[in-house]
Amino acid sequence: MRRRERAARLLAALLGLAAAPTRAGDGMVPYTVVGDAIPASLTGAPGDPVRGRAIVADRTRGLCLLCHAGPFPEERFQGNLAPDLAGVGARRSPAQLRLRLVDGRALNPDTIMPSYYSLAGLTRVGKAWQGRPILGAGEIEDIVAFLATLREESR
Amino acid sequence: MPRRSGTSPPAALLAILLSGTLAGAEPIAPADRRSGFDQMSPAIQAMQRDDESNPGLLAVADGAELWTARPPSGRPACSGCHGEAASSLRGVAARYPAWDARMERPIDLQDRVNACRREHQGIEPLPYESPDLLALTAFVATQSRGLPIAPPDDDRLTPARNRGRALFEARQGQLGLSCAICHDDLWGRRLGAAVIPQGQPTGYPLYRLEWQGLGSLQRRLRNCLTGMRAEPFAYGAPDFVALELYLATRAAPLPVETPAVRP
Ligand code: HEC
Ligand code: HEC
Repeated sequence: MRRRERAARLLAALLGLAAAPTRAGDGMVPYTVVGDAIPASLTGAPGDPVRGRAIVADRTRGLCLLCHAGPFPEERFQGNLAPDLAGVGARRSPAQLRLRLVDGRALNPDTIMPSYYSLAGLTRVGKAWQGRPILGAGEIEDIVAFLATLREESR
Repeated sequence: MPRRSGTSPPAALLAILLSGTLAGAEPIAPADRRSGFDQMSPAIQAMQRDDESNPGLLAVADGAELWTARPPSGRPACSGCHGEAASSLRGVAARYPAWDARMERPIDLQDRVNACRREHQGIEPLPYESPDLLALTAFVATQSRGLPIAPPDDDRLTPARNRGRALFEARQGQLGLSCAICHDDLWGRRLGAAVIPQGQPTGYPLYRLEWQGLGSLQRRLRNCLTGMRAEPFAYGAPDFVALELYLATRAAPLPVETPAVRP
């Protein structure tokens, strides 16, 4: 069953057919996966990289630095569970970054990175967090805009 | 790493429950098991080791008083039935949770304290996380300090233990994480400021600096569940005891450390 589900996801991703989260929460916007990316902005507009940086650095909002390190000299104690975010904007296009934030399981069903804009497959979600994605569409776009500016590898 | 599968947790749970037995090898072999103690700073390790500075021992002292106190019902004190705790209770905590024939379910050490109050002392059970229940439980558990955790070989515990393992390995909460992702696969790595421990239940009830007080294993598990943005189980819920049972199996033969100190 596991394999079939994974295959279906992959196939859909490859065909560029995978669509909206299966149980859209209030006001969640549908999106279209093409290849390994989501080409269109979730809000129809570009995000704000300054706001995006603040969300990524905020451990209770973005949670990113719990797992990732990145070019944030002012942030102590960054995680080492995931690839360094430095240079990710050179490695990936904004459209690729968007899919990795929205639902990385489309590319790696075993990923430990939370799907920030999908409610599919979640169980026993705490009451305070039910029915909504981890981040809103605008926040995702802000983060995409910020990650796209990270063009230098860390040394 | 099949455990990290994107299969929906209900399906994964069902598969495990239906298979009846847990075929999977033990994720952390007994020889590789490590207490969270090993990952603490030398200062906090010293605080735990030294009875003069270990704040948990204040609660153990409170527990010792409650152990000999006559309840208002006129029935015997704990010591009235059990005698000298240092001998009669030695090893007890190392084999809990255990099957309770009267309740026909597994119970943990806090449940055991409350069962004695109800059945043998004719008094009200103490609320979960109340200072008295923590103190009595810590007093009882401290009598097993240094003994290896040795879960009972009791078939009646198997379904709950399997349920506990399924819960441990199921992704849950808004973040879609599982206990196993952090504690089986990623222990030793850094989650922000915290080094992830193996999640061994060896020291409870313990003094946590962040709590500025004593807390139970269930309180610790609530913290992790909330961190995963999952719905915590109610104190005393069978699912919590099931998790505790699996954790004990997963921890053996690490020694009991109660009262431990954690950051
Ligand atoms: C619980 C851990 C965790 C959290 C939290 C997390 N990530 Fe990730 N992330 C990972 C892992 C692990 C990978 C590696 C790819 C995989 O597992 O599929 C990854 C991959 C990525 C990638 C793709 C990197 C590449 O080179 O392709 C980006 C971009 C990314 N994360 C950004 C973020 C941002 C931004 C946040 C917060 C909004 C975040 N991550 C939160 C664990 C995490
Ligand atoms: C995202 C990572 C993560 C997940 C998921 C997680 N934990 Fe933890 N856990 C931690 C960290 C980090 C600590 C260390 C304490 C701290 O700093 O918060 C910890 C501590 C513990 C401890 C205490 C160990 C000690 O030495 O006293 C236990 C027991 C535990 N976890 C069990 C669980 C169980 C059971 C689950 C699932 C219900 C779970 N954890 C889910 C990260 C996690």
